[in-house]
Amino acid sequence: MNRYRDNPAAIRDLVRPDAIHRDLYLNAELFDLEMERLWARTWIYVGHDSQVPAAGDFYSTQIGREPVIMLRGTDSRVRVLPNRCAHKGTRLVSAVSGKCPAGMIRCPYHGWTYRLDGSLRTVPLRSGYEGTGFEQSGALRGLVELPTANYRGFVFARVSTEGVGFEDYFGESLSSIDNLVDRAPEGRLEVAGGVLRYLHDCNWKMYVENLNDAMHPMVAHESSAGTAKRLWDSAPAGTPAPMVIEQFVPFVNGYEFFEKMGVKVYENGHSYTGVNFSIHSRYSSVGEYERRMAAAYGEERAQRILGEARHNTVYYPSLTIKGPIQSIRVARPLAVDRTLIESWTFRLVGAPDELLARTVTYSRLINAPTSMVGHDDLHCYRSIQEGLASSSSEWVSLHRNHTAAEAGQVAGTYGATNEIPMRGQYRAWAAIMAGATPGGG
Amino acid sequence: MGSDHGWRDPGWRVSPDSAVALVYLEARLLDEKRFDEWYELYTEDARYWMPLSRGQPDPDTHTSLFYEDKLLLRIRIERLRHPNAYSQQQPSFCQHVLQQPAIEEHEPATQRFLVRTPFLYVETQLDRQQMLAAVAWHHLVTVEGALRIRLKKIELLNCDAALPSIQLLL
Repeated sequence: MNRYRDNPAAIRDLVRPDAIHRDLYLNAELFDLEMERLWARTWIYVGHDSQVPAAGDFYSTQIGREPVIMLRGTDSRVRVLPNRCAHKGTRLVSAVSGKCPAGMIRCPYHGWTYRLDGSLRTVPLRSGYEGTGFEQSGALRGLVELPTANYRGFVFARVSTEGVGFEDYFGESLSSIDNLVDRAPEGRLEVAGGVLRYLHDCNWKMYVENLNDAMHPMVAHESSAGTAKRLWDSAPAGTPAPMVIEQFVPFVNGYEFFEKMGVKVYENGHSYTGVNFSIHSRYSSVGEYERRMAAAYGEERAQRILGEARHNTVYYPSLTIKGPIQSIRVARPLAVDRTLIESWTFRLVGAPDELLARTVTYSRLINAPTSMVGHDDLHCYRSIQEGLASSSSEWVSLHRNHTAAEAGQVAGTYGATNEIPMRGQYRAWAAIMAGATPGGG
Repeated sequence: MGSDHGWRDPGWRVSPDSAVALVYLEARLLDEKRFDEWYELYTEDARYWMPLSRGQPDPDTHTSLFYEDKLLLRIRIERLRHPNAYSQQQPSFCQHVLQQPAIEEHEPATQRFLVRTPFLYVETQLDRQQMLAAVAWHHLVTVEGALRIRLKKIELLNCDAALPSIQLLL
């Protein structure tokens, strides 16, 4: 099981300019290396700072395989700490979220306590450590904060202590988070509406690829969105479309629509579809919301903010966001063929509740384990996971609209049916997996 | 087909017994994939609701696992039959195992009932089977002399778990 660990050339050979090897989805050693390299050296989404509004509030999750705590300190700063006692490794908090009592974290096993900045506070019977070398051990450092960036409420962390800076890594793609936050009249978001957690029995990369795949909706979603469209077409003319119809029907727009919406690609695997318009463009307007936006930003800027209809922005590898309906989906890889997808929704602070109702409806229709659209997609991912066992080919084609000019850079704007966002993801994948520190985007 | 517990019998009087019978019938129609008959059990303004959170007060500003009106239920039924519903090319089947339904509330004047039914739900697709536990709350009303479901609320025991696809209806 050591075909790839010490062989960067073998890893590079898995990614051709126009195709990738099936081992990317099937090989457990590569999955281990992804957790050690890709998910450690890049900036991974941890949570939103509104989940921990007050000092001592915590949210616990994982970065790859690393258990972490997102915690707000007494200085009101949000930190990401290892969820691991410096003594024997006990996971310190076991609830998904909560409040640390008495302003400290206390280990449930031997009662070591930590301050909210992670520093070691007390160790019972400390005298027993005198002259043992304990003072020189790493344990005294307590819980060592991970490099963390809080970008307008979105908290990312990097497991590696050294590596590319946050803004260098994401570059101009951060404009999608800007647009999402700007959509709140008060310029901030709050997590609201619950989190959907959908287990996908497929490799995480299939999910992330699909977010900018504009060639599948009219095929994969014909049975769900196509049925919604057919049933609605038989409604009497002039019947106002309910929200669910507005949200379903664009999934089965034609190829021309999806081609022309456009895709913007950045270096390091980031991209977004919906440069010109998207499936979210034609939702009914909410007059009261537009008035509040105009009051907050002025007519012109409010229109510019609301005029963006970016479909899915991929913050490679962990986070994908949908600005126009203020929702995000987070990929949490569990094993080479198992991935947890979390769907979170936000309240746009200062906006009427209709906006929250809209995103909650969309998330239920599209992202739930009970979603017909979700069933369509997951069936395809699972089918890839199983179909790739065929020895008829070891390669997965990513040729669509490939040109030799991409060898220099992938960044640019393209027709959205181009597979260049995926080629960009795998170019970044190969570089990081083969040992390179990601460069500026 | 088999007995419908007298639900369609014109001589069947709306009563607590018929409310309980309707709950059993509803589960049976789902298990037998008699979706059109199942659909007719629901009033035109009905909702089929499975909250995402325990004690969730509100389906509008909080996400649910299901919150479907008759239009969405119709889309769901038609989708299951669609020749290109690839996730059902290998079809799923389900089995409800109900505890005795209990009448929690009964308004004799209007013949409205609230019926509580704990149940186990098994869904299978070839070699994959999952079992879920839940409590169903049927809000029943009398329309033109017959009981109908206005709201079915399903409290899923592990609503906060990471769940695989649930492709049929609880």
